[in-house]
Amino acid sequence: MSMKASTRQVDGVTIVDLSGRITLGEGSVVLRDTIKDLLGKGAKHILLNLGDVSYIDSSGIGELVSAFTSVRNQGGELKLLHLTKKVHDLLQITKLYTVFDVKDDEAAAISAFG
Amino acid sequence: MTAQSKVSYRLESSLESVNKAEEMADQIASQAGFDEDVRGGIAMAVREAMINAVLHGNAYDPGKRVNLSFEQNGRELIITIGDEGKGLDPEEVPDPLAPENLMKQSGRGIFLIRAFMDEVRFRKLEPGTEITLIKRIPVTELDRQEAST
Repeated sequence: MSMKASTRQVDGVTIVDLSGRITLGEGSVVLRDTIKDLLGKGAKHILLNLGDVSYIDSSGIGELVSAFTSVRNQGGELKLLHLTKKVHDLLQITKLYTVFDVKDDEAAAISAFG
Repeated sequence: MTAQSKVSYRLESSLESVNKAEEMADQIASQAGFDEDVRGGIAMAVREAMINAVLHGNAYDPGKRVNLSFEQNGRELIITIGDEGKGLDPEEVPDPLAPENLMKQSGRGIFLIRAFMDEVRFRKLEPGTEITLIKRIPVTELDRQEAST
């Protein structure tokens, strides 16, 4: 039921590998705290790898939106990587797919940061 | 569940109840014959309705309960979730797809419920709100064969 977030640095980009469920409760809190921590450390280029995120609910969608806005308000950029079909479909029906910069390839995503 | 059956639960206003209801919905939808994609949608609709009941309705009040029932009536799976909260007017819930709401952190639950179910009804309780979620069970090739014999 829980979610795990681990971070790594590649060419000035902080990649957050998420796995599990981003849902109301623990999952959403882990994502929120991770983003807060990274922004506190001055990270500007953040890539959220959602390849191992099996499920996301409305609270998780809200947390992604909040992460995107927080990073942008700090003058940074947040992109999403490797969406599963479920997450992709949810972002489509909530019209958020075009709001987020979604990438399928990690190297291409890293070089896309300005 | 068989073709005509109903199960009811009275649950605590907790996150555990939300997760439990979601799991039950997935199991019952599977038994009713829905495929994996539809099952996921039904389970998500139940999760979102339970979140509304537990979080926005009962506000995690340990003295308040959530009534959940699953009913299979012919070709329909009917799920009701009732809380004992202050009440919800679905007409007053802003459209989460409107440009001014698109980047809001919350407010997508009812939209997702409607997206995944065939029919959604709200009923005012004294006190609280009851939401009824209906999903029609598709006619399969096997059904057609059984019907013709």
